[in-house]
Amino acid sequence: MTDTPLDSTAPIFRAGTSDAEIEAAAFKVIQRRKRAVFFWQIVILVGILGIWELASNQLWIDPFFYSSPSGIIARLYEWITEGTAEGSLWFNLWVTMEEALIGFVTGSVAGVLVGIGLGRNQFLSDIFSVYIKAINSIPRVVLAPIFIMIMGLGLASKVALAFIMVFFVVFANAFQGVREADRNMIANARILGASNWQVTRTVIVPSAMSWIFASLHVSFGFAIIGAIVGEFVGARFGIGQLISIAKGTFDAAGMYAAIILVMIVTLIAEVIMTLIENRLAKWRPQQQNDMQ
Amino acid sequence: MQQNPSQAPAIELINVSRRFVSPTGKSLTALRDFNMTVEPGEFVAVVGPTGCGKSTTLNLVTGLAKPSAGEVRLMGGPVNGIDPRVGFVFQTDALFPWRNVIDNVMAGPLFRGKSAAEAQRTAKDWLARVGLSRFEQHYPHQLSGGMRKRVSLAQTFINEPEILLMDEPFSALDVQTRTVMHEELLRLWAERKASVVFVTHDLEEAVALADKVYVLTAGPATVKSVYPIDLPRPRVVADIRYEPRFIEYCRTIWEDLRDEVETSYRRASQAA
Ligand SMILES: Nc1ncnc2c1ncn2[C@@H]1O[C@H](COP(=O)(O)OP(=O)(O)O)[C@@H](O)[C@H]1O
Ligand SMILES: [Mg+2]
Repeated sequence: MTDTPLDSTAPIFRAGTSDAEIEAAAFKVIQRRKRAVFFWQIVILVGILGIWELASNQLWIDPFFYSSPSGIIARLYEWITEGTAEGSLWFNLWVTMEEALIGFVTGSVAGVLVGIGLGRNQFLSDIFSVYIKAINSIPRVVLAPIFIMIMGLGLASKVALAFIMVFFVVFANAFQGVREADRNMIANARILGASNWQVTRTVIVPSAMSWIFASLHVSFGFAIIGAIVGEFVGARFGIGQLISIAKGTFDAAGMYAAIILVMIVTLIAEVIMTLIENRLAKWRPQQQNDMQ
Repeated sequence: MQQNPSQAPAIELINVSRRFVSPTGKSLTALRDFNMTVEPGEFVAVVGPTGCGKSTTLNLVTGLAKPSAGEVRLMGGPVNGIDPRVGFVFQTDALFPWRNVIDNVMAGPLFRGKSAAEAQRTAKDWLARVGLSRFEQHYPHQLSGGMRKRVSLAQTFINEPEILLMDEPFSALDVQTRTVMHEELLRLWAERKASVVFVTHDLEEAVALADKVYVLTAGPATVKSVYPIDLPRPRVVADIRYEPRFIEYCRTIWEDLRDEVETSYRRASQAA
């Protein structure tokens, strides 16, 4: 048998090396790896943007359709300094955010409540499951025209669309989370003296929490989709409306600029969500880094 | 017929049967004509082949499940829902992973309406008794299997159950830890003499701990035989296994149990 090291970069210590030295060495390896990952991420980003810019410059691709990184940055700069065709950029961004945020918050609260309620009540869930399946099979965006017809071009119709997109994702996860709660743990709580409500609060909700959080991560994105699709179909302000106008004027740079704005906002929301989740989940095992 | 409740047996199962009916209407009998009596302060061990119906029996005593026929009585009264005098230690981890050790132990008193201050005081007391005072703020995943089991014991004992049910509580532990836990359990039990039903598939464990060993048949479970274990207390579990009388008990009961284990094994391999 040969004795091949699992990882060729792992150092081999002579006997008698102190723990502190081994830890310091391991820490250095971890740091070096992190820097290497970051380095390659930057290289790939710069590479892609560079090729895009070059291709557009050299007319390998048609800048009319594909714009270029510099064109997009120029358009963003113009929007920030001079405002858009529909007023200040920040106002338009805020309109979309407001729609998405209200839809997100109401949709997730409703999703969690209904999910836990039905998850805890077998009879109700047997009754409603067929309706939920039916509604769930409607592609949500087709509701946009209906909502706009009923609620008009303003805030309400976009919130409704964002709500419905968020609700089903969060509901499905909360429901599943309740169903996955450990039966022994529930029995334990009940024998220790917990009432039904105490079981829900101290066992069901915490164990469904990781499922719920998984859904919150994706559903903020869904809320934005809801808001923007709503704006496409009919609105006066908002990022979706900016994209719509850019499309009407064949302004490729404007469309990409709007996409980048949405991307940044969604990523920020994602980071905030991860921070909150890490705070709430301090009981979970930390992933240990293998020293070897 | 009026019975003095202090004289009544702690647990009585009288001709109990338990059937499970699947949603398609097929039925499976887990217990049939099951009779068992546990006196106050008595330590009963139940052994039987895997899947014969031991956990089902305990669930009937907790009130988590109801018998299909027959009667279960606690301290002379019928079982109506979950009885506050019952404590239960599970085989697998039933601790709440999102609560630290002390909050896990405090759960029982808080559920039962005690004040937070009082719950905390008694929880600290129990953690000291199981030797985990230094680990109050740890989360379950930061503890070893033996330590988690100690937390479970503290969590159960803090409610001062008069009836203590244990479902293969130590089967997931390694042999050394298990022996330590046996000593620990006997020490805690000796302080307040709850009536115990201890389910296990480990015959030596049963003989070392119990006053009486019930041998069950392969499913559907009924009581095949009952062996009183007349070994002096307090017992030192680590040493008792070398005593001739202990070995004699194990041999006798194993003769009896082996048939059932073989039956159960034969059925399982036929089904497969
Ligand atoms: N909730 C249930 N539904 C259907 N069958 C069950 C249920 N619980 C246990 N059983 C069946 O009853 C029998 C006895 O189970 P159990 O009491 O868990 O055995 P043991 O604890 O002795 O290993 C097994 O055949 C098992 O499949
Ligand atoms: Mg069992």
